[in-house]
Formats: sequence, C-alpha cells, structure tokens
Amino acid sequence: MSDLLVDMRGVRIEGRSDETWMPIINGVDLTLKKGEVLGLIGESGAGKSTLGLAAMGFCRDGVRISGGSVSFDGVDLLAASSEVKRQLLGKRIAYVAQSAAASFNPAHKLMDQHVEAPVQHGVAGRAESAHDGVELYRKLRLPNPDEIGFRYPHQVSGGQLQRAMTAMAMACRPDLIIFDEPTTALDVTTQIEVLASIREIVEEFNTAAIYITHDLAVVAQMADRIKVLLKGDEVEEADTRTMLSAPKEDYTKSLWAVRAFERPEKPPVATDSTPVISVQGVTAAYGTVDVLQDVSFDIHAGRTVAVVGESGSGKSTTARCITGLLPPRIGQIELDGTPLPLDYRQRTKDQLRQVQMIYQMADTALNPRKSIGEIIGRPVEFYMGLRGAAKRKRVEDLLDQIEMPADQYFHRLPSELSGGQKQRIGIARALAAEPKFIICDEVTSALDQLVAEGILRLLARLQDELNLSYMFITHDLATVRAIADEVVVMKDGAVVEQGIKTEMFRPPHHAYTDLLLSSVPEMDPDWLTNLLKERGVDNIGDAAVGKMS
Amino acid sequence: MNSVLKIILQRLALGLLTLFIVSIVIFTAVNMLPGDFAEAILGQGATPEAVASIRRDLGLDQHPIVRYFDWLSGALRGDLGNSFAQANFASFVGDDSGVRVSVAQQIAPRFANTMFLAGVTAAIAVPFAVMLGILAALYRNSVFDKVANISTLTSISSPEFFLAYVLILFLAVLNPVLPSLSNIYEGMGFGERLQKTMLPALTLTLVVTAHMMRMTRAAIINLLASPYIEMARLKGIKPMRVIIKHALPNALAPIINVVALNLAYLITGVVVVEVVFVYPGIGQLFVDSVKIRDIPVVQACCLIFAAAYILLNLTADILSILSNPRLRHPK
Repeated sequence: MSDLLVDMRGVRIEGRSDETWMPIINGVDLTLKKGEVLGLIGESGAGKSTLGLAAMGFCRDGVRISGGSVSFDGVDLLAASSEVKRQLLGKRIAYVAQSAAASFNPAHKLMDQHVEAPVQHGVAGRAESAHDGVELYRKLRLPNPDEIGFRYPHQVSGGQLQRAMTAMAMACRPDLIIFDEPTTALDVTTQIEVLASIREIVEEFNTAAIYITHDLAVVAQMADRIKVLLKGDEVEEADTRTMLSAPKEDYTKSLWAVRAFERPEKPPVATDSTPVISVQGVTAAYGTVDVLQDVSFDIHAGRTVAVVGESGSGKSTTARCITGLLPPRIGQIELDGTPLPLDYRQRTKDQLRQVQMIYQMADTALNPRKSIGEIIGRPVEFYMGLRGAAKRKRVEDLLDQIEMPADQYFHRLPSELSGGQKQRIGIARALAAEPKFIICDEVTSALDQLVAEGILRLLARLQDELNLSYMFITHDLATVRAIADEVVVMKDGAVVEQGIKTEMFRPPHHAYTDLLLSSVPEMDPDWLTNLLKERGVDNIGDAAVGKMS
Repeated sequence: MNSVLKIILQRLALGLLTLFIVSIVIFTAVNMLPGDFAEAILGQGATPEAVASIRRDLGLDQHPIVRYFDWLSGALRGDLGNSFAQANFASFVGDDSGVRVSVAQQIAPRFANTMFLAGVTAAIAVPFAVMLGILAALYRNSVFDKVANISTLTSISSPEFFLAYVLILFLAVLNPVLPSLSNIYEGMGFGERLQKTMLPALTLTLVVTAHMMRMTRAAIINLLASPYIEMARLKGIKPMRVIIKHALPNALAPIINVVALNLAYLITGVVVVEVVFVYPGIGQLFVDSVKIRDIPVVQACCLIFAAAYILLNLTADILSILSNPRLRHPK
C-alpha cells in the first residue's frame, strides 16, 4: 500500500531495571495511513508513550527496541543511522509532549524555539518561519498572536503553551505528529480549546497523528481508529465508532464502565444540626492580593462536599485556610460550632488532629526513606500517644482498613508501591489521627481511571464506617458525580454556585457551572463537533469564560 | 528588573557585613599569633627595655580594641598602615629621621602581579575547562570522557609543586621553550611578562581545570533527562547544538559558582607555585610577613584575600540570578 505512512510490525521494546531488561511492549503491530489519526489508549504503564516514541524511531535512555520493524514512509527507522533519523525528526515527524511547561526550554523565547526546527532543517528562513509561526498562533487562537512569541515559557499559561507546542510541531508541516497526552494536565474548559485547535489544524494540513491518552472520551473526539493497550500487549483495535458501541474484549468494556460508579443520594441534612466544618466569609490574601473573597460553606458529619473549579480558582487556597497554613484576612473557620484559631500554630493538638489532609501527589507526600509502618506509625504515636505493640497493632488495623495486608506492606518503602497504593498509604496516614474531617486535594487526578475508582470506593466505604466528612477538591466532574453529596463551584477566588449534587447536575445552572459541565468530554464521537457548533466556533475558550462571568 | 536590582543590593550589603565580620576575625587571629614583631626582630638576646621601646613606637602597647578601630578606620580611608619591617630602625638607636614604607606601597605591585597571573590562568583555564566539560557531556561514557576525567583528576590530585616541576622538566629543561624562572619586574614589556608567567599559569591551569570541567559536565548531564532536552532531540536538533543551546544556558548557575571559587583560589592560594617559580606575587609576601610578624602587612593581605573571595562569590551570585529568565523577565 503506497499511502501507508507508519508501519510497525511485531515491535518489542525493553526497559532496563537494575541489571536486567524487562519487557515493556511485547510484539505490537501499528499502522497508520497518511492523514489518519490513531488513538492509543491504556492505563499508565501500558507502554503508550514508549510505543509512540518508537514510531519516531526514538527510545528514552535505558529503553531499547529489541525486535520487530519500524518503518516510516518506506525508511527503516531501526536500521537507519542516527543522522538519517535526526533529519526526519522535527521535519517530517513531530512530537507534542504531555507537559508543555516542562517541554519548552525555560531559557529561550517561544518564537526562538518555534523557528529552530525549520531553520536547522533548512526548511525555511528565520523571518519566514517566524511569520508562519504567528499565522499558526492565530489559527490556534492564541491571544495576541503577533506578540506572544516574544514571551518566555514561564510568562504564558499552560493551555496557551500546549497550543504553542502544537504550533511548534506544525512548523515544518510534518507528515506525522505524535501527541502524548497533550491535554491531560489542563482544565476541562482549556482542554476543549486545545482539542478543537489540534483537530482543526490536523485536518487542515492532512497530518497523520498518533494520539496517546488515557481518557476515552477525549480519544473518541480525536481519533479515526482506536488501539487499546494493556501492559505492553494490544487488547484490540477498531475504528472509533465500532470501538465505542461494541467493544469486544472484557478489558475494554471495563474501561468503558468506569464512569458508572456513583454514590446513592443521602437524605437531606437536618436543619438544626451543627456542621463539622463551617467556613464563614473567608477572605484571604497572598501578599497584598486577595485570592479568596468571602467564601462560605458548611460541611456536615458523614458528608462529602466537592469543591470544583479550574486551576487558580482558589480551591487549594481554601484548604490552606481551613488547615490554618494561610490564616484568612477576614472571616473564620468553625469546627463543631467552635471557632478554630486562624493560625495552625495556635491550634491545640486535638484541633489539629481533627483536620487531616490527603495530597494530590502521593509520590512527594510520602517520605521516601521511611517504611510504610513508620509513615503510618508517626501520627499514631504523635496524636494518639500509642507506642510499642499497641502502636504496631493500630498500624496493622489501619493497613487492613485500606485493604493492604500488614504482613506484606509493613516494611516496604514507598518506592516499592504503585501510585494507587501510595495514595492508600496517604489515606491511612490521615485516618491514623482519627479525624472528623479530611481534605482530599485532587487525590485521584494523578491516577488511572480504574485505580482512581478503587480509591473513590475506599473513601466512600471509610466514610460510611467512620462517619467522616470530606472536602473533595477536584477539577474532574466525573469524580464529583461519583462521590459528592454537595458541590461548591469556585471561580476567581469566589463561590459562584453551591448546592446538593443532584440539583447542581440538573439545569438550570449558573452560566459558569454550565460551561464547566458542558466542557466534560463525552463518549459520543460527535460530541466536540456538536458542542463547537452549539457554542459557535469563535465563542469557545477564554472569550466565552470572560463573557459569562 | 526592579526585583533583580533589589536582590543585588541585598547581596552587596550582605557582602559588606561579611567583610566587616571577617576583619574582626583577621584582627583577632593575627593578635593570637605567639610572639610579636618586637620579639621577632630583636631575637633571643632582647632586653625587656628594647622590646618595650619598639612596642611603644609601633603602638603595640595599646589595648587591642583601640588598635582594631585605628586599623579599621585607617582601612576604610584606604590607609592600611605602615609596614614594620620596612621601617628604618635607626630610630631605635637614637636617630629619629626614620622613613616608613606604607603597606599599600608594598602590597600594590605584588597584588598586581598576582592578579596578572590569575588573569592569564583564568583566560586559559576557564574556556578550556568549560569546553572540555561540554565535550565530555556530549560524548559521555566514551573513551574521550574517561580520559578527560582521569587526566584532570590526576592533575588535581598531584601536589602543585610536583606538577610545577614536571612542567619545568618538559617545557624548560628538555624542550627549553619557556623560562623556568618567573622573576618579573616593573617596566617589563607585556609579551615578555606573559612569557615569564606562562609556566606558573599552566601549572595553575592543571590545578583548577578538573573542578570546573567536572561541574560543567555534571550540570549539563543533570539536565539531559529533562523534557525540554528530549523535545530538542525530537525536533531533530544536532547533538552539539542540543548541549550548547538547550542545556548550557540552564546549567550556567552551578558552573558560574565553581568558576568563581576557582578564581578566588587563584588569587589567594598560589603560594606554592609562586615559590617554585620565584614569582613575586602577594602569596610570598604574605608568608614572609607572617614569619617576621609584620602585622600590618599580614592583616592587609588577609583583608584583600577575604575581599576577593566575597567579591567573586557576589559576582557569581549575581550572574547566576541574571542567568535565570524567570528573574530577568517577571510575569
């Protein structure tokens, strides 16, 4: 077939771990025609990125292609010299990375990085490709396309950087672009803009693409075909509509089913009951700038309040106020009807014990040098005063509660656990203080959907057993739907809407809530097309958010 | 830009404070040296009267705190006092027309020589070490990398005088291309001066290269795993350009700091090399002055050394700050 662009046959890839080579990809075939978009989907560790990079003939350090063949437009990339490959990269094959913030060089301006590939490959002169860059920025609807190229990466927001990176990948008009989770780190409203821009530009230049993601709904909008990977093996491959409507394999079906978890609605709270935590008219500032304005909400015993909003909306700042890390300028926090000292340093040990926190990045929130037993044992000793055998017994009970048997995990180090297991340790550490109230700060956003669901189920069960109250900070509305009883929607440091979950998800909404809700991708492959039509293409993104607020 | 200016002024103020504290330490330490100039110059047969007379004449009989503030206020005015050793001792035997040589007069030419040697060495060593570091990072784990690492480590591990004699053997004795004596003097032409300085400069280059080269290599390699370097490689950029254009600008801060430390060493720590090559630098003067307890000279040398350290580290700090675009271009 002459229009076959990428042809990978029986590709095997291995990664070095200590002294041995462990398989990452076990013989996968992958073909891509010119102008076609292939979605590559799977959990983390499935080998998606590795396979995507291998399609460029590229391996990260400590990774090698040990078998099979990779050819790009008739060139055997495994046999080609590094010089031949270097000439293809950037010019005919381009890459868009997950974190644009980390993948732009902090030392150079955007435009200097944009023109580098065309100039170095001799495709266009500096001035010409800078001019083209501005045009691409305009096409991708970046604000101030004429001027934004003169900025350094740290002066540009994440969503804009992601589009600038797509523009950079387009600079040489490549035949193939590998998109490696380009919207995973973005807010839903920003994600839509980036998705729409990518789709539009890929269609316009008839670029073939491999779109790597773990988000099914996203891939449904972008891909013509979908390939599902599991632990280095292909599960199945089909065109998008077939895959969505009639997945064959059980694993694929289980991926599709993830969004089904939803807690039953609880009876309304008695009007005279005292909330466990009451945030009252809190205004807080970093330096002289107010970042929270008059935030108030209550959280009752055994309830979960989800605080929803985009990055920068003040969700985490609210958590910092409640924990006393950032004393509010105005307003107060009550615990069981008693005002808490604003500064954590003035709170009693018992007050500190009642408010615990679970963090987004379990990786960095656990001391890598301490064993699991020590990590959980520390709050047991500090707050509860248990020592010796009593302490050990309590830690074992806690490990039981998070479904991680003590005999297996007590002596392990965090580095020996998976992401979901680390998050469970974070939960156990919070439980060790026997708190009434736990703040969960984006606890599932770094996890795969199946693992995240396990964590949500665990949190729900613990809540029922221990009558805990949760404040659940998240930007993921699927998570809200799954676990929340009440919802607080925040924007620009203020609460724009709050109420019972079932009411929040039922129209009419506040305009901003509506924007958030309608921006969550759905499985329907026509969803993005319809949504853009509905909003009017010029109306998406920043402009829309601005207008509605 | 304002924030950068503020940081620079803060560092400058801290530098001055450090220098003040160091001046106290220097004065205290020098005063704790056993014996004093009077005893040293008069030898074992000194009568208590003669010792007391010299002490009185030099102001050594005053309280240390008084002497410290005399010295400090003098130093602030640029007057570092008079050398004891150069004083005309006729005064002590009756004739009172003694001429005294100021410390500044005595130190200035020596310090200029030291700066010249340090400058020549830096001009050779810094570009050489950084280039070597870049190449070692580019061809990491290759034979070139290993040879560069081992040879620079060998040279830094060998005593300086040994390196000096090896260089003399090869470049002055077996192949007489450079003079083995670096006895430079005032009024010498630049070319000749440069030629005479070459052997000590090369010796010092061997001493300081390893540190700078290894830091350059490590700082660059440290960055090679970062996503923006991977991005540059995936854009098909040539490996050399990836290192120089993408890694080096982000690795500047640690490199600048190590360069500054080594430059400070070139000013303050080169006594051995000066002695071997009979180079009239400040290091020799310093050691001689300690031997005869010529306290004003010792204190002035210490103060200059401390100022050099502080100034170079300050410059390194400021350059590191300026190398960070986040600080140069705030949001």
